[in-house]
Amino acid sequence: MADPVLSVRNLRIEIATRRGTLLAVDDASFEIAEGEVLGVVGESGAGKSITGGAIIGLLEPPLRHVGGEIRLAGRRIDDLAAEPMRLLRGRHIGAVFQDPLTSLNPLMTVGRQLMQTMSAHLDLSPREARTRAARLLAEVGLPAAQERLDSYPHELSGGMRQRVVLALAFCCEPQLIIADEPTTALDVSVQAQVIEVLRRMCRERGTAVMLITHDMGVIAEIADRIAVMYGGRIVEIGRAEAILHAPAHPYTRGLMACIPSMHRRYRDLPQIEGSMPRLDAIPSGCAFHPRCPSRLPRCDRERPVLAPAGATQSACWLTAACDQMQDIVAAAGHA
Amino acid sequence: MLDRGADILCIQGLTKRFAVRRPWVMQALSRQPRPMVHAVEDVSLAIGRGTTFALVGESGCGKSTIARCIAGILTPTAGTMTFMAADIMARTGGRDPRRRHLQMIFQDPYASLNPRWRVGRIIAEPIVTHRLISGRSRIEARIAELLTLVGLAPQDARKYPHQFSGGQRQRISIARALASEPDFLICDEPTSALDVSVQAQILNLMRRLQAKLGLSYLLISHNLAVVAHMADRVGVMYLGRLVEWGAAQDVLERPQHPYTRMLLDAVPDVGTRRERPQPFKGEVPSSINPPSGCAFHPRCPLAEARCARERPHPVAVGAGWVACHAVEKSVLS
Repeated sequence: MADPVLSVRNLRIEIATRRGTLLAVDDASFEIAEGEVLGVVGESGAGKSITGGAIIGLLEPPLRHVGGEIRLAGRRIDDLAAEPMRLLRGRHIGAVFQDPLTSLNPLMTVGRQLMQTMSAHLDLSPREARTRAARLLAEVGLPAAQERLDSYPHELSGGMRQRVVLALAFCCEPQLIIADEPTTALDVSVQAQVIEVLRRMCRERGTAVMLITHDMGVIAEIADRIAVMYGGRIVEIGRAEAILHAPAHPYTRGLMACIPSMHRRYRDLPQIEGSMPRLDAIPSGCAFHPRCPSRLPRCDRERPVLAPAGATQSACWLTAACDQMQDIVAAAGHA
Repeated sequence: MLDRGADILCIQGLTKRFAVRRPWVMQALSRQPRPMVHAVEDVSLAIGRGTTFALVGESGCGKSTIARCIAGILTPTAGTMTFMAADIMARTGGRDPRRRHLQMIFQDPYASLNPRWRVGRIIAEPIVTHRLISGRSRIEARIAELLTLVGLAPQDARKYPHQFSGGQRQRISIARALASEPDFLICDEPTSALDVSVQAQILNLMRRLQAKLGLSYLLISHNLAVVAHMADRVGVMYLGRLVEWGAAQDVLERPQHPYTRMLLDAVPDVGTRRERPQPFKGEVPSSINPPSGCAFHPRCPLAEARCARERPHPVAVGAGWVACHAVEKSVLS
């Protein structure tokens, strides 16, 4: 079988502080196949953006990559020096961030930014680069793309800017796109348009996408698989339908239930008590145990690992026990 | 329509325009009057006692400007406001003592609390300002009562805002708003800065307080699912005007105005996974030069020549109101 586009194994990232080191990402492992969209969700402080930053090699002190490996199409990239990593970024990994105004250079026209990125990585004549830039802008849905090449970012609206950022991310035909909250700064009508563009571009090119967001609605629209993070750990991962409609981990269940929906009516929303622990106070054992409605005696002592639970993989003693139970029942049925 | 006598707040023809500031050289050279931002144009609405009215719309549609006009932070360009059966615009600057009964909760719980004050002092300020309670020990008892009411501990009064999480801070700002014994709360995106699990806690708290204290809410939100959960009535705004309003269930389940339908189509919802219909084109135009006629006509799939010329007036559709030529025509025929 071919290597997955992205493979992350036992990733650990520390934050050095005056009061000691904290674990921001703790033993995260996942893969993304060609043409697949992995949605990474979690509340603020879950470590999802830091995981994305580690993959594109943009961790800066006090963040430190201390363990595990990251492979892009089978090739290890987490130990690359700054220069080879810079060549990889933009060429093989594209990035889309939340705020399009800060990811574009305000003093450079849109066309020049695209042409500069392409000529840094690809062997293109200026003329070819310009044609290709115009084609890309048309593809991301910028009206009058040819004229827009000479526009500055401030002349464009928020949605247009985010389209330009998408064009930049895709301009060298990367294998992987890291999209960190790409629609959070946008209005809903524009958000729908940007999601549509992202989905179409990935499908056509077979680009793998790691979509980081706190918005479950966006994830539900576009993700093939979903990883749920809590306290720096992946607590559940699986097919999108399974996570959205039949989640196993109590945190995912609580999270899905407490999101108000247009199609459900409650007197009171189901709620998870408390809030995400701070990194300097991650509880022992399972990080979710103080908030968990169905904790077991061992949950505050032993840390659960990802194990099959129904249709997903869940890091939870309860779901592990249930799964074993089902195996026993099934075995008894056969016997 | 609602029974007039039961309305706690009634706004008629509220308009707010801002002059655009330009460098004086540019202003002198242009030889034209200053351009105006038409933030809110001729908005009328009534909010019944003990109910929640939600304003929805995309950024720049004027929903926060309405909230700020009602709260007295901004002075409206035109319009009248009746609060608890009294005209609160009549006094200069709108500084009417009745405004004590009208408080506001802001979006960002990090920016809306003074970082150098202890929580107790933050909550005590309205009590002291309005001389609601006198005597140190009685004020302290009241602070403890308010903190318990919003789900915090009385000891929290001695801490500073930075010692709390975002959700707890929003609880503190709710306690501060409740300190002046209000009847009406303006909640401007109260949960937009919070994580979803915390959002549910705050929304539940708001509903509990409403039932317990008989509060009326004006809820400003861009999150339609939050609005569906909280609101009794909904008003949809586009470029400074109300385009559709009515009972929440009617507006959200049977939207009439093409813009309302577009908004509802665009909302990604966890409950439904689907290939969406062709997403709507375009973005909200500038409110300095709003389009002629119906401001939505350049993006509207039902637009006709008339929509670019004439501004549609609201017509009653069922129990709600809709300002759209196409809807009006279909109602008449």
